[in-house]
Amino acid sequence: MIPAAFDYVRAESAEHALELLGEHGDDAKLLAGGHSLIPLMKFRLSVPSIVVDIGRLDDLSYVRDDGDHLAIGALTRHRNIETSSLIVDQAPLLVAATAKVGDPQVRHRGTIGGSITHGDPASDIPAALIALRATMIVDGVHGQREVPADNFFLGFLETDVGSQDLLTEIRVPKVANAGWSFQKFNRRAQDWAIVGVAVHLDGEECGVGLVNMDSRPVRAEAVESAVAGGAGLREAGELAAEGLEPPSDLNASSTYRQHLARVLTTRALEEATSERLM
Amino acid sequence: MKVEMTINGKDVSYDVEPRTLLVHYLRDYAELTGTNIGCDTSSCGACTVHLEGEAVKSCTILAVQVDGGEITTIEGLADGEKLHPMQQAFHECHALQCGYCTPGMIMAAVSLVDEIPNPTEANIREGLEGNLCRCTGYHNIVQAVLQAASAKSET
Repeated sequence: MIPAAFDYVRAESAEHALELLGEHGDDAKLLAGGHSLIPLMKFRLSVPSIVVDIGRLDDLSYVRDDGDHLAIGALTRHRNIETSSLIVDQAPLLVAATAKVGDPQVRHRGTIGGSITHGDPASDIPAALIALRATMIVDGVHGQREVPADNFFLGFLETDVGSQDLLTEIRVPKVANAGWSFQKFNRRAQDWAIVGVAVHLDGEECGVGLVNMDSRPVRAEAVESAVAGGAGLREAGELAAEGLEPPSDLNASSTYRQHLARVLTTRALEEATSERLM
Repeated sequence: MKVEMTINGKDVSYDVEPRTLLVHYLRDYAELTGTNIGCDTSSCGACTVHLEGEAVKSCTILAVQVDGGEITTIEGLADGEKLHPMQQAFHECHALQCGYCTPGMIMAAVSLVDEIPNPTEANIREGLEGNLCRCTGYHNIVQAVLQAASAKSET
């Protein structure tokens, strides 16, 4: 399988990439590591007439300590996130979710920005970004904006990053001593999550992100409020599917997904608590 | 468009369409057919090669993305007649049945041992999650990687 024919342009800078997007509009697609876009193009589910390669914009690949948060360049590869001592120390939940993306070969090439901008509702990393209340920095023709994780994921393969925008940075709060857990249920090692849950727990501050429970990654607000209100972990976990009608597919029915969300969230809350006591 | 790279230490240059995948560049243009195409959807790992020393799936990379880069394929591992220690270990442990996954499996295993010099069996099974052996010959593959890794750490 090969993609449909396209013209290829290599962006020399972020500004150049934005210029090219402005010029070509919806006909253009940004290419980072390519591990979400190229499979779509091979299946002809995405047929851009122009591919703008931003893969060599090394100034968008970094992990920086910015005081109360970590700043992660959008083009940072999964492997670099997994092995970044800053992220391992300050946001281990993000490392755990990243380590579940694809397989080592995929993680050598794929980038955090490419993965989350793709907007797959079953993708691993968004669960952690929602739980950690990360903020995305998006550059567009009208300047730069900060988008909280809750407003970033809009729908199936749709994010707040429009056809004229470039995601440049992901800001993740530093939470060195918080409890955390990432639970992913799937049949085979490299499969997408049938349901995935990320939990961040710091005293009464609780963040719970769910993936593949809706057409986009979502926050389990009922669980968070229950934990903040002092509910038991099992009691809180039971609320994980509240208000959600997940899709049914070959892997799982909607009802089974709701069951998984409750079980995995309870498990995640328990693991997050036990780690915190260690 | 013209795409240049260094493959197994040799500089090559071919005029290809931007949509040409790295695996086709290697097989159809550079005529290095040791790299296999299996699933063609970045699941099976048969097409694994090294890009700048790291294992990648060549069916999911455009050749043009690698322009100016350095690739090692299974053909580039041996030193003349002398097999690479990982190839030797696969041979000695009979870590192949039909052999179709073998080139990708060996390239992934070499990259794995570079990253985890003394892997446990669990490290190896997890680290090779991106490579499928449809003969299900995993047992001997894991043994081979363990043998090659311990031979490497002794030298």
